[in-house]
Amino acid sequence: MFFDVDVSRQVGDSLIQTRFVAAEGLTLLWGPSGAGKTSVLNMVAGLLRPDRGHVRVGGETLFDGAGGIDLPPHRRRLGYVFQDGRLFPHLRVRANLLYGYRLARPEDRWTSLEEVVAFLGIEQLLDRWPRSLSGGEAQRVAIGRALLSGARALLLDEPLASIDLGRRSDIIDVILRIRDDLRLPMLYVTHDPAEAERLASRRVEIMPSFR
Amino acid sequence: MLFSPGDWEILRLSLKVSLAAVLLTLPFAFALAWALARGRFPGKLLLDAVIHLPLVLPPVVIGWMLLLALGPAGPVGGVLERWLGVTVMFRWTGAAIAAAIMALPLMVRAIRLSIEAVDPRVEDAARTLGASPAWCFVTILLPLSLPGIATAFILGFARSIGEFGATISFVSNIPGETRILSLAIYSALQVPGSEATVWRLALISIALSLGALILSEALSRRLRSGRSGHVL
Repeated sequence: MFFDVDVSRQVGDSLIQTRFVAAEGLTLLWGPSGAGKTSVLNMVAGLLRPDRGHVRVGGETLFDGAGGIDLPPHRRRLGYVFQDGRLFPHLRVRANLLYGYRLARPEDRWTSLEEVVAFLGIEQLLDRWPRSLSGGEAQRVAIGRALLSGARALLLDEPLASIDLGRRSDIIDVILRIRDDLRLPMLYVTHDPAEAERLASRRVEIMPSFR
Repeated sequence: MLFSPGDWEILRLSLKVSLAAVLLTLPFAFALAWALARGRFPGKLLLDAVIHLPLVLPPVVIGWMLLLALGPAGPVGGVLERWLGVTVMFRWTGAAIAAAIMALPLMVRAIRLSIEAVDPRVEDAARTLGASPAWCFVTILLPLSLPGIATAFILGFARSIGEFGATISFVSNIPGETRILSLAIYSALQVPGSEATVWRLALISIALSLGALILSEALSRRLRSGRSGHVL
């Protein structure tokens, strides 16, 4: 199985706990707000350390509490698309896109700036500053930046949350094309039934629990 | 000729002392600002208070404490003199150290504000894109806090130019060595009939300080409305 995740962590009063395996393709992490879906994604990415458990992606162990393995986020090769874009405000779109590309080992790069720009239709944005972009434009750049970093999988945290309703379906199309054309495995966090319906994928339910 | 060669000499010394003070303080101010903005450690409140002491203590007390620490019999001064043969007392380097201590709180505040304005989640994004913590610091935090660093530089410089109390009590008032602008004005005031000198030196002071404040305000406007605006 491509993703093999079994993690738990106490965050304040609630225990965030999940265990799932998932093949390549798109897997929804599904559950109500506050259930800890983002925390699970952060634990997969290495931004949040699980209290115990393991994270394996594509056969490589990224975290193993018992084995003392904990790869830092910059060595995990997982592209992360955040709810709020988080583009680098002091870099133009082109430099944002190339930030991870330049850091990736040549053998890990599987696409080029030209390909990604054409794939996402963002030619006209390359020389703009992030603050001048609309929510949808910024999210395309954020997706492109993650693809260019040589990622072996994408983690998406409610990527439509900050985009106008009318523009959401464009981004969904992009995500479906990443699944079908680029065949990049994805973990996708959402609590929106319409979005889940549209992506029509396997779901992992993450429910809140208290201890 | 409006200004005399003596005036320029005083200005040159003041600029040298202030520049040295600010350059000396900048790395420490950044490290302290970073610790206060991002760090979580016991004694943080105390550290914050100690850094701000020069802002509220009588400058003479700072000068006296420097004398105790850096004088030939002091714990630091003794070591400097014995091992390196360096004396800072009654030297322009001592004036720079006094100015540095006095400028530190202003500089830490300016840098701290700009570090706090950097969203740590943007740094998380850089980490997931393959940036090591050090690279993340160099390519994200440092450039994003640059307006604060520049403001700190200017404010620290202006504060140093105006330094008086700590300097005169630590390194005295020696022409050509430690007699910076404010000390020169003070000395001129003691001599009857030197109103013209006082006027000229005061005008230089005002011009320098006004220039620094305008520059710093322009920079902080840029910080508020510039590229570091919100994203999305």
